[in-house]
Amino acid sequence: MTNFATLTRMRIQLTLRNKMFLFFSVIMPFGFFFLYAGIFAKGVPRGVRYFLGPVIALTVMGSFWGLSAALVMFREQGILRRFHVTPVTSSDMLASSIVANFVLTMPTVIVEILFARFVFHVTSFGNLFSAFLLIALGAMSFASLGLVVASVTNTMQETQVINQLIWLPLIFLSGATVPLASLPQVVRRVGLFLPATYLVTELQDAIYWSAAPWSRDFLIAVAALVVWAVLTFFLSAQLFRWEPESKIPGRAKLLVAATAIPFLLLGILENSSSHTISKAKAMAESVDAPSEPDAPSGNAH
Amino acid sequence: MANSILQVENLVKRYGDVEAVRGVSFAVEEGEVFGLLGPNGAGKTSTVEVLEGLRTPDGGRVSVCGLDPQRDSAALKHEIGAALQSTSLPDKLRVMEALRLFASFYKRRRNPEELLKRFGLEEKRDTFYNQLSGGQKQRLALAMALVNDPKVLFFDEPTAGLDPQVRREIYDIIEELKREKKTIVMTTHYIEEAERLCDRVAIVDHGKVIALGTPRDLKAHSGGTTRIEVRLSKPESNGTLKSLEGATDAREVGGTYVIHSKRPPQTIVSLVKHLEAQDNELVSLEIASPSLEDVFIEMTGRRLRD
Repeated sequence: MTNFATLTRMRIQLTLRNKMFLFFSVIMPFGFFFLYAGIFAKGVPRGVRYFLGPVIALTVMGSFWGLSAALVMFREQGILRRFHVTPVTSSDMLASSIVANFVLTMPTVIVEILFARFVFHVTSFGNLFSAFLLIALGAMSFASLGLVVASVTNTMQETQVINQLIWLPLIFLSGATVPLASLPQVVRRVGLFLPATYLVTELQDAIYWSAAPWSRDFLIAVAALVVWAVLTFFLSAQLFRWEPESKIPGRAKLLVAATAIPFLLLGILENSSSHTISKAKAMAESVDAPSEPDAPSGNAH
Repeated sequence: MANSILQVENLVKRYGDVEAVRGVSFAVEEGEVFGLLGPNGAGKTSTVEVLEGLRTPDGGRVSVCGLDPQRDSAALKHEIGAALQSTSLPDKLRVMEALRLFASFYKRRRNPEELLKRFGLEEKRDTFYNQLSGGQKQRLALAMALVNDPKVLFFDEPTAGLDPQVRREIYDIIEELKREKKTIVMTTHYIEEAERLCDRVAIVDHGKVIALGTPRDLKAHSGGTTRIEVRLSKPESNGTLKSLEGATDAREVGGTYVIHSKRPPQTIVSLVKHLEAQDNELVSLEIASPSLEDVFIEMTGRRLRD
């Protein structure tokens, strides 16, 4: 337990001394924030509130990027092997990555909310409890995804390629950049299989329409994210390698498939009901409507 | 043997089809500095990494401090300290932070301040790892190996890639540890390192121990010839030199005559007499006692380093 704590502290310290971190975790998210709030929402408080969900989701999902890069670099440079001759265990190493990432992501999210409040005069943030639960889950599950990427790739280059392959669908098919409602039908169907889609939509629902933590959609999304996060973390522990030349165990490859299960099921369900899509559409329409942004009274889900 | 602090019996380690270690056996006693000497790729590092618990053996039995590095890995890690080959620390970790961090992982700890002083790193305490010189990095690696006051130390090629000045600094450090009766297992491909530091040496080649003993014994049991290297003012035939008293072999290598002798004093006297008679003169003379390199050449027909 103490090893986990000291490692977490070290990871936070090291990340703060890294210029790459500054770019990916501070400059890029705030860039998105001002792009969305200033340009897409034209600075109108209701619009800013509408876009805050997707912006925060982007901030949170970006976690996997830096985390995978850091771990692969640690392994490539033989830093992990030095830890391997000490009593540090692989779960110490992995858990500290996730917690350090969480601690480093939260301030950015909070500053985004403060900007929305004081720069763009957003007065209500919906159900902040729901929002923070999703933010925490999102940060942890996407960080686990980063750990898996770090385990299956061997070089920094490979990691960056895989990260791009994950990142692009993540931001374009989930509603985080282009609203789900304006995506073509086929693309939307694919998007419904992505964890990102539910994180974006539910976060938007929580902030914009004040979705309560006991609402149906929220519970389903949280359950899927929890199962996914647990599976992904478990998988990353199975795949973890201290040495670049160690092989990935065969049974672990099966687990990669297993982690797809929760969102495969949810994707099938949502593709038949198109519940999430209609909600995203309704939220998008209400931003432009002259009335108040509050959820319609029937929105108890 | 039964109460040796470290035992290796018939160790085998494979990487795919390549058998890196092919039945290595040795035992290390408490307080001993034991060296694995051999060329790159001989299987030294693989052997040490199995002992450290970093690699799974494919055959044989090893025990360190009475523990099995695989089964009792968690317990063993508290008892050993290691300076690995091809390892590193995060660029932006400071020297003192590294010592403190690694000390925090152990139940038994040494004072990081004291290690810093002892390894001459006091002035570098707040320096980032990537700003240290090669020698400073290596001193830090050795200091870090000691943070848990380990029972057995593993130094894998502790001076590889360092310049001679720095190498001597590292020798001093290891000699000091030796005086403190630390048990050290080290690998090296430098002859002088093994001769100077190790109580006993196992010469390893192609995954096998081909000779084992104190450096002195190993040299005594080899041909035991002394190398006499001379330069002459006029050329001389190899045949004549070979027939000198006590000489076993003589050949010319790039203008220098290399004579191997079992009785160097007699050989030199007879050489001088011969030269006087021929009106030839001795330009230079060097005598080298047999080294572990000669032992290696004799056993494998190759030099340790080409």
